[in-house]
Amino acid sequence: MANQLGFHVDLSKCTGCKACQVACKDKNDLPMDVIWRRVAQYTGGEWIKSGNQYVPSNIFSYFVSVSCMHCDNPLCLEVCPAAAISKNEDGIVEIDQDKCVGCRYCEWTCPYGAPQFNADKGTMTKCNFCVDLLANGEKPACVAGCTFRALDFGPIEELREKYGHFDGPAPLVDPSVTKPNMVFTPRKTVTMTFDSKAGEIANPEEL
Amino acid sequence: MGQNQPLSQILDDVVLTRRSFVKWSSALGGTAALAGGLGTALHSAQTTEAARAAESTSQLITTACYHNCGGRCILYADVQDGVVKRLVPDIDEVDTIDQPRSIPCLRGRSQIHRVYSTDRLKYPMKRVGKRGEGKFERISWEEALDTIASEMKRLKEAYGNESFYFHYASGTQWPGPNGRNPVRRLMRLFGGYTDYYGTYSSACYSAVIPLITGGINNSADDMLSSKLVVLFSSNPVVTTSGGDNVGYHCMKAKEAGARFICIDPIMTDSCVALEAEWIPINPGTDVALVAALSHVMITNDLYDKDFMAKYSVGFSEDTLPEDAPKNSSWMAYVMGDADDVEKTPEWAAEITGIPAERIVSLAYDMAQTKPCAIFQNLGFQRRAYGEQPVRAIPILAAMTGNFAIHGGSTGGTVGSAGGIKMGGVPTGDNPVKGVISVFMWPDMITRGTEMTNGPQDRIKGVEKLNANMKFMWNHGGNTITNQHSDINLTQEILSDDTKLELIVTCEVMMTPSAMWSDILLPASTGFETDNVITGGGSGRVAWAMYSHQVIDPLFEDMPEIWMADQLADRLGVLDEFREGKETTEDWIRFMVDTAREADENFPTFEEFKEIGIYKKTSPGQKIGAAAFVEDPEANPLTTPTGKIEIYSPTLAALEDPEEIPAIPKYIPEWEGVSDPLRDTYPLMMITPHAVQRSHSTFSGIDYLEEAHHHVMWINALDAADRGIENGDTCYVFNDRGKIEIKARVTPRIRPGVIAVPQGHWHKPDKDGLDKGGCGNTLTKYYPTPYAKGNPQHTNLVQVEKA
Repeated sequence: MANQLGFHVDLSKCTGCKACQVACKDKNDLPMDVIWRRVAQYTGGEWIKSGNQYVPSNIFSYFVSVSCMHCDNPLCLEVCPAAAISKNEDGIVEIDQDKCVGCRYCEWTCPYGAPQFNADKGTMTKCNFCVDLLANGEKPACVAGCTFRALDFGPIEELREKYGHFDGPAPLVDPSVTKPNMVFTPRKTVTMTFDSKAGEIANPEEL
Repeated sequence: MGQNQPLSQILDDVVLTRRSFVKWSSALGGTAALAGGLGTALHSAQTTEAARAAESTSQLITTACYHNCGGRCILYADVQDGVVKRLVPDIDEVDTIDQPRSIPCLRGRSQIHRVYSTDRLKYPMKRVGKRGEGKFERISWEEALDTIASEMKRLKEAYGNESFYFHYASGTQWPGPNGRNPVRRLMRLFGGYTDYYGTYSSACYSAVIPLITGGINNSADDMLSSKLVVLFSSNPVVTTSGGDNVGYHCMKAKEAGARFICIDPIMTDSCVALEAEWIPINPGTDVALVAALSHVMITNDLYDKDFMAKYSVGFSEDTLPEDAPKNSSWMAYVMGDADDVEKTPEWAAEITGIPAERIVSLAYDMAQTKPCAIFQNLGFQRRAYGEQPVRAIPILAAMTGNFAIHGGSTGGTVGSAGGIKMGGVPTGDNPVKGVISVFMWPDMITRGTEMTNGPQDRIKGVEKLNANMKFMWNHGGNTITNQHSDINLTQEILSDDTKLELIVTCEVMMTPSAMWSDILLPASTGFETDNVITGGGSGRVAWAMYSHQVIDPLFEDMPEIWMADQLADRLGVLDEFREGKETTEDWIRFMVDTAREADENFPTFEEFKEIGIYKKTSPGQKIGAAAFVEDPEANPLTTPTGKIEIYSPTLAALEDPEEIPAIPKYIPEWEGVSDPLRDTYPLMMITPHAVQRSHSTFSGIDYLEEAHHHVMWINALDAADRGIENGDTCYVFNDRGKIEIKARVTPRIRPGVIAVPQGHWHKPDKDGLDKGGCGNTLTKYYPTPYAKGNPQHTNLVQVEKA
């Protein structure tokens, strides 16, 4: 798709503060438990005995901010029995609220947890790239709200040219599964890839 | 609008037509009971000027985020059809290091949920049960103000103005009309009150930094010139997360190539985000590390001898004051001449938990990398002997030759490039001269007339107090329970209402402190009244914000200036109080006039109100103490001797070398790493700042509680010993109390240490178990020796799985 939009996340600037999450929830007036942009903390390493003391060994941590990846191969779209999910001309994956029956198949299929059930509405909802703001010439709420300027957006080809092609940091899944339209700048120090077993998600209850 | 409508219905009617707040209905029961019934909003007939202008259109209106993280970030309200639909950060077209946007953090972005929180105070209320029991009755503003005025007159008559106290609080700190100043002005006009010195944030720092460097330091943007930045006890991406602030400038320094080292018991989010090297240190042992670093530098000739000789007092024996005893210099302490204990890396390794070889390499790194910025922040001075590390860190900055150079630091907290001065509502002079330590107010309730300027209390202004505290005004503060140490002890003291007879709390929320008050006055939030807030100044840009009223006031809340004005009338000081200024606008005009006197480019009142934001850029990259280094005779520091006072004659004169030594020393703490009490309570509990709160402000706000759960950090080794897994509910306890909190099992904290982030609201069940997980249920009320500050990071506890 020529005009495919995507996000960029600079993992070397993300502090894990979740201003993006709250800005998104504020702008989209999301109820509790519906979180379109979330931030995972990926942490590993341990303390080992050295002489009579414990010392840190290979301890690392970093944060990964994720929303809908607006994938080239959106599994959510494939499994939707109501044909409620589509990709628009900008490659944005949207859920037609009038067609969605709230069966939650897309939620179970998406490896990024992007589609989320809104119990008030009885339908699935997800990041729509703040299309209304884009139409107004504004940035998506998460991008504008990032206090450390770690987020960017734009045509994915331009983002890849500017920031590279890395799209599989741990704890995310193998990007070949859905071909996500999100690229990441790795950190100068440690950034694990999707197949790493070096750490685990430290804040699963918040995702 | 009837008395029995659910809150969600009323809010729908009043303001919330376009927003959904699903949890409100379920949370309603308890709050409604507290509120003493629901009723017609006093202001429901009013429509704000801003809202009128925005009828059926979308309009960005300047408001502000104004809490005590200090960020004071720019925030616009997108008002559509009179309702705040969303919040928008600084939209300045420019966003460069010279003029960065002030982007609010997650707390600022949750403001709508704070303003419409079910915890809001809705009506004036009076206590009807036993103090602290939580039983209140709705009263009219007339009754509330009449009662306060008549009680103030009675208590003044019976006990005098010295028995009045205006308590420390940081909820509305700014000097404008809708802040704390109007009531302070009023109380001073009515004869004054006993005041406090220090703050809960920086008691030890503000007491002793004047005795080492005076505190002057490089501005945050000067870190762009640093090659190495060493942060002691500092987590700037959390504590100063938004705006154009220290966290932002640290990140910019990292992008520019600076390397970071964080010395902290926890691998903070700053340590992670700045990709810093983490040196995990035992809590309360930083001075031992500084002594050993000095030892390495001295024995390996790695320090700037000429600089220390010329600019310091007491680094070596030959720079001591004449009357100082032999072997009382820093060098004598480090080399063991004073106490036969040489402060070697091996000695420090046992205390700090940092391997000796790492201390050696750190000393070389700090001494040989230039420029190196060595900063401290305030965490480690909220400890049992919090005065000591504050005075120790600047020694490293001086020894390594980084004092007053670009990219360096004088070793204090990060400096400022300069803010905007606007003045405010003047408080006037306080006729009462006695001043107590901010932390010791409970003593003034139980034994005020025994408090003196001696070592036990260190009151200032007078030799002794002549009254116990009988009247307290608590203005936007949660420090009479939640943020003070040892909540259970504090509540026991407060429960006797024959001692402290009247507590008036002016608040926007039904906080745990409000629960312990006698009269509650509901105040407007920043969305419900006009105000002026200034921010920035860490780097090259500072700003003033005209914070517009963007919604109709909720329920019966009222602006603070109105309350003070009403009381001034009842207390017979109205003319003196007003001096011709009656409304919020009158006072803002007065502030603008002050600003225009200092800065000819500052807009007129009308222009300021229209544009909303005035930004002022400065050249930035200020080097602290540059003039002093250039010519120390002509430009002395503000210390008593004008030099870097490693040996303080002021402290030496107190003749308490064990706890208030003339040079900074490592003093083993009560409830510290080496206290035998660890046999019973083996874990050292620290209470660091959480990114989802500004102290206790924002506790309970749904979007923030969801984003960052209130969890205790515990090392995997300590968790395994106790059968605790990530996410398990746990009890944390000691002799002072017991809390319930979920565990975050992580390698990002030293074994033997747990972290309970400060500020979550205390919520005791019927057996006293604090289900809110407030760290201060477990902290100790034991003031530090010199500053009489709060040691809220020094605690021993035990943890068990619930």
